[in-house]
Amino acid sequence: MSARTYKWIGTRPNRPDGADKVTGRARFGADFNMPGQLVGKVLRSPHAHALIKSIDTSAAEKLAGVKAVVTAKDFPEQENITVPAGEMQVNLRDVTRNIMAREKVLYDGHAVAAVAATTEAVAKEALALIKVEYEILPHVIDVEAAMKDGAPILHDHLRTEGVEPKPTKATNIAKRIDFAKGDVAAGFRKAEVVVERKFTTQPVHQGYIEPHAALASASEDGQVQVWSTTQGHFQVRGFCSRLLNIETSQIRVTPSEIGGGFGGKTVVYLEPVAIRLSQKSGKPVKMVMTREEVFRASGPTSAGVVEVKIGATRDGRIVAAECMVALQAGAFPGSPVGPACMCSFACYDIDDIKVVGYDVVSNRPKVAAYRAPGAPISCWGVESAIDELAIELGMDPIELRLKNAAKQGTKTHYGPTFNRIGFVETLEAAKSSPHYQTPVKRGFHRGVAAGFWFNVGADSSAAAHVGEDGTVTVISGNPDIGGSRASLAMMAAEELGVDYEKVRPVIADTSSIGFNFVTGGSRVTFATGLAVVNAVKEVVRELKIRAAKIWEVEPEAVVWENGMAKPASTNVGEFEPLSLSQLAAMAGKTGGPINGHAQLNAQGAGPGFGVHIVDLAVDHDTGIVTIDRYTAVQDVGTAIHPSYVEGQMQGGAVQGIGWALNEEYIYNAKGKLDNPGFLDYRIPVASDLPMIETVIVEVPNPSHPYGVRGVGEVPIVPPMAAVGNAIARATGIRFLDLPMSPPRVSAAIDAARPKMAAE
Amino acid sequence: MARVILSRSFADLYAKGQVEHEVPGLKVRHLVRTLDERFPGIAKHLENGVAVAIDGVLHQNAWLEEVGLDSEVCFMPAIEGG
Repeated sequence: MSARTYKWIGTRPNRPDGADKVTGRARFGADFNMPGQLVGKVLRSPHAHALIKSIDTSAAEKLAGVKAVVTAKDFPEQENITVPAGEMQVNLRDVTRNIMAREKVLYDGHAVAAVAATTEAVAKEALALIKVEYEILPHVIDVEAAMKDGAPILHDHLRTEGVEPKPTKATNIAKRIDFAKGDVAAGFRKAEVVVERKFTTQPVHQGYIEPHAALASASEDGQVQVWSTTQGHFQVRGFCSRLLNIETSQIRVTPSEIGGGFGGKTVVYLEPVAIRLSQKSGKPVKMVMTREEVFRASGPTSAGVVEVKIGATRDGRIVAAECMVALQAGAFPGSPVGPACMCSFACYDIDDIKVVGYDVVSNRPKVAAYRAPGAPISCWGVESAIDELAIELGMDPIELRLKNAAKQGTKTHYGPTFNRIGFVETLEAAKSSPHYQTPVKRGFHRGVAAGFWFNVGADSSAAAHVGEDGTVTVISGNPDIGGSRASLAMMAAEELGVDYEKVRPVIADTSSIGFNFVTGGSRVTFATGLAVVNAVKEVVRELKIRAAKIWEVEPEAVVWENGMAKPASTNVGEFEPLSLSQLAAMAGKTGGPINGHAQLNAQGAGPGFGVHIVDLAVDHDTGIVTIDRYTAVQDVGTAIHPSYVEGQMQGGAVQGIGWALNEEYIYNAKGKLDNPGFLDYRIPVASDLPMIETVIVEVPNPSHPYGVRGVGEVPIVPPMAAVGNAIARATGIRFLDLPMSPPRVSAAIDAARPKMAAE
Repeated sequence: MARVILSRSFADLYAKGQVEHEVPGLKVRHLVRTLDERFPGIAKHLENGVAVAIDGVLHQNAWLEEVGLDSEVCFMPAIEGG
């Protein structure tokens, strides 16, 4: 890609939604209300695993103020098949059972019934009047326990997919997948040093601050309106259409502002329930989860087991690698084990690789996506093992990675050969960063780790409308979770050659713009950005036609430069350039409104790589880890708005640090979650961490006009291993299990003291 | 002819264990059609829930995408992301 100079790309203007967000004017999910609305509340299972023998809602229905009660009987049964819903492949039999339990409850917090009442107090009273008779069954939470023979079985119909011959016995292992490159046994025969370890991670939640919320209003004529906090309102429409047998054109979903999602708001929990309650009561119904409900019943990510074996020659060349990843899917199949396997060794050019993955159900909420789903878990294992290899070989950890780095032409273990990627550039940038060039402070120790994410494209629609004064509205259909309004407006301004302030980005509801896939996969600035660029190109094409009409020349004789229509050459004639506002003022006389529209399935998302560096100290008495300095280095293709790119890198790093040091679901012996709140489930707060430093590397993606790759997911992949690698150097102990919380760290140090003293 | 690559477990399940295939065709849909002639029933597994990397460039929901004579076309699990 040739070097281009830009007016807006790479600058840091104020975000278009900034004023509303800092003044409290912005409306989030729980801020939407309608006259006469009811309050919807959900009755949830107190058991981790139980048969539902009966549900008696009669007393609740008779309570004054109760307008509707629903159970699974109010939702149509679905086939056990995987179908597209809002372009996601979902098993509707599972989804309908997740939003409302049928034969069984499968986790603590599983929805069993819901009521709509005039007040929250009445709704809660009604829930207490619903009688559910359960037959408690043995439960299983841990992934390895769930895989064992004799484990409590969640689904009698489940057979392991990916195994031949197809098993005849019910199991909790939903799927086995494997990827291979070369001959791993032959590769290990060449190895002079082998590191082999087993790592585990605990279940963690995305930890978005805003709880799930939805308001639904069903009309007598069958039309439905929904306001909801979501990463994909088209997916909400798709799910509700499928689950409730309503045509998509009858459902209009408006997304609110979103207080964090990180993948956890790409699925539905409340929306279909609120619609059904509204249909039954004839009133709008608003539902908002409590924090406890968010933890007990909405999509966490998997816990996992990662067995890693890496072999290298003494000169630091990795010759073979093997990995087994088993991930909790929660109550229904569908963990991110595929990406976990594919990302595991994606950073490295290794001849012989074998990776096997297992998707395992257990009595936890069905997992939802969480930033680079699956990759942080496998890379916690792989990047820890790589660090141990560096120590074993006496090599600098960045030099070892550089020696084995994937580059253009590297064939991955999951199939594709890499096109233009920037891992080497990212490692070089990390090596030359101010952080890495500064000696570690006395008492502190340094860790390094790398990470990879594919980034995705998929379907997007966008429109650009020129107003009569020449300002422009850019309309897209992706909720803005990371500053995408700004990046879309900047690309539109760049393409049009006008001021950024003249472009207003708007997020339309499902009835006002064409289909858009979710805000996820680090896709919006890439894919919806492409759609916006194409829509603006349509506008420019039309503007040239209008100028040609005014000048009475052919459209080909007009060029668009710096926001003005100009004659392509002096041969065209002598004409004063026409500005966008002049052409807009003449629109009625030259053919009517000037608009552009584009829709596409964006292909060619560019893979992203990151390298993180952390300096930390470990208190050997308390096990408390103090982070002194942290730097995230990442190839982002092109940073459209560097502040929001940096924000993504910092946010991902912080979430990863929380995953590394503190976050975990704690289940008691009965399978109930003991820490469903931010007091006991500890995410990092600002006072825990230093400012996260960032180094943006720009190796442009050739498949995007501005070189965009995608940013939001890579930065959560390296932190756990980076922190673990620093702790290993600080304590001499290789931690294999997350989180490395103070009790675990101090216990490990205490256990190692006699051995250390003896040495 | 394009060189089609399937993941190991996918090949075991639907392509008699053969990971790499030489397949004629100008578009992804042509490759899928030809593979389905060789391995009846494989098409439905290649058309949904699958991403396709053509010469290293990732495509979602690929069907009409063009394929070069010497292209490497890799079918892999679809990527959704968070």
